Amino acid sequence: MEEFFQQLTNGLAVGGIYALIALGYTMVYGVLKLINFAHGDLFTYGAYLGLTLLTSLALTDRLGFALGVLVLALMVMGLVAVLGAILERAAYRPLRESPRLSAVVSALGASIFLQNALMLLYGARFQVYPDDILPTATLNVFGLYLPLMRVLIVLASVLMMVALYLFIQKTRIGAAIRAAAIDQGAARLMGIDVNRVILLVFLMGPALGGAAGLMVGLYYGQINFTMGWVYGMKAFTAAILGGIGNIPGAMVGGLLLGVIEALGAAYISIAWKDAIAFLVLILILIVRPTGLLGERVADKI
Amino acid sequence: MKHGKPFVVVVLAALLAAAPLFLNAYQVDVLNSIGLYGLLALGLNLILGEAGLFNMGHAAFYAVGAYTAAILNTRYQIPILWTLPLSGLAAGLFALAVARPVVHLRGDYLLIVTIGVGEIVRIALVNDIFGMTGGANGIFGISRPQLFGIVIRRPQEFFYLIWGCVALTIVLFLRLKQSRFGRALNYLREDEVAAEGSGINTAYYKLAAFGLGAAWAGMAGTLFAAKMTIISPESFNFWESVVLFMIVILGGAGNIVGVLLAAFLVIGLPELFREFASARMLVFGLVMVVMMVFRPQGLLPARGGRFSPITLARGRG
Repeated sequence: MEEFFQQLTNGLAVGGIYALIALGYTMVYGVLKLINFAHGDLFTYGAYLGLTLLTSLALTDRLGFALGVLVLALMVMGLVAVLGAILERAAYRPLRESPRLSAVVSALGASIFLQNALMLLYGARFQVYPDDILPTATLNVFGLYLPLMRVLIVLASVLMMVALYLFIQKTRIGAAIRAAAIDQGAARLMGIDVNRVILLVFLMGPALGGAAGLMVGLYYGQINFTMGWVYGMKAFTAAILGGIGNIPGAMVGGLLLGVIEALGAAYISIAWKDAIAFLVLILILIVRPTGLLGERVADKI
Repeated sequence: MKHGKPFVVVVLAALLAAAPLFLNAYQVDVLNSIGLYGLLALGLNLILGEAGLFNMGHAAFYAVGAYTAAILNTRYQIPILWTLPLSGLAAGLFALAVARPVVHLRGDYLLIVTIGVGEIVRIALVNDIFGMTGGANGIFGISRPQLFGIVIRRPQEFFYLIWGCVALTIVLFLRLKQSRFGRALNYLREDEVAAEGSGINTAYYKLAAFGLGAAWAGMAGTLFAAKMTIISPESFNFWESVVLFMIVILGGAGNIVGVLLAAFLVIGLPELFREFASARMLVFGLVMVVMMVFRPQGLLPARGGRFSPITLARGRG
């Protein structure tokens, strides 16, 4: 039972990270019907920027751990958001009226570019987060010993997801995003500036992805320039699992995928961990072709 | 291939056929890689280009073919070229089995499923499935191919084997494209509902495209195994599928000449920039974005076929 809860909480932490990245995929898809393959690399940039800022500014020494990491997270999110907006402007906007697959290839090209730029800047080796600044404390919850970092990651990701959900559902800007996702033309006629909605989506998605990158750095302590592909693929799987374009779907899909993976690795086979995730996805898609929460769209003739 | 073009084609083909005479072994080897990717991309072009089915896991079928050939050759001593039809068949059947339950999925859902299939196959190979794939080390000691008593060993010899297959593929696929089958696939790509409405059995044609494209990848796998004599799971990772996907879209989905041209660019260009070493992939990524921005429809977009009434009448059958 002890091991089960350890794996479950670990799965929730990883799942929270997947969910944050998946939100970036799903929001962009919702508005543009584009799979942003470079999103995983923006996530990696979050991890690297976090490392650089953490070591160069020594925020945690000056402000203490809690405030230091909070300021760090905000800086990383801001910077990655700007990067996302630049990406949209340079690689996707010129292709908005083009065949969809051309935009996918442009996204793949952007992904290769971003990844190799990072490799040239930092080198190909693994980078390590300094471990002396991270809290190593464990919490005792009803007799279970949980690492504090794991609890913080779950809390932070859930907090961000709730904030995003409320923003999308309750604010006027959120309504504009939802409207643009349903029908861009009609949204434009209602006076919504669709270009600004797209820009906003490309700021919010990468910001969440960047935060996820920072979390991976803090949680595992090790980052690599190619990890964006692995996490990106998992997060994209999560987005599809939940039903792409659907924001709560990405959250559910991410958490579910994290838990399935952790339990599968623990109880079935660690060597088959990644295969289990995809197998579950395929099985779910066979039963529900548009994901768990995805709407069934009837083909219009 | 319209009027006036045959001359250009003949000159290019002759130039290519003579290439091993004035290129060094390394350059010929690059041409061999281009040929292999060309074969793979032509197979993927059937699925992605002609039928419009998003497949980003083509490396899986390539792997099934290569491993079938390698296992048959090393365990049962079947000459490697004899395994060609068998590995094609194995890859094709595997594709049919995998695609059968998922082929109806909407575009992007199919994309992630095929990515997933590619990853599952790679992981299965790493984990030494059935105890036959040799795990992460792969299979080594695959014998050299023999053709009419000649052992094919040097890159120059492989060049003619590989490009001979490419030439044969071009002829076959051009014929296929103009057939009733090819037109059905194109109709499917342009408008699935209308295709179904006009009496095209969409499920059948989708599966047929998948099976045929995968069979081609399987046969390319045999050639790859014969060329390398060692195969390991890392040769069939996600990156290979991505490269093939980019070749087909960059070339202009559905255009055979365009796809081959893109194979030259995507595989050949990074080799030309070898001196930039680590920065070459950076440039490669940038070039991909720039090319798509300036030619979103691909280098040579597929034109709507113009069919003479005679061909159409024959097709009606």
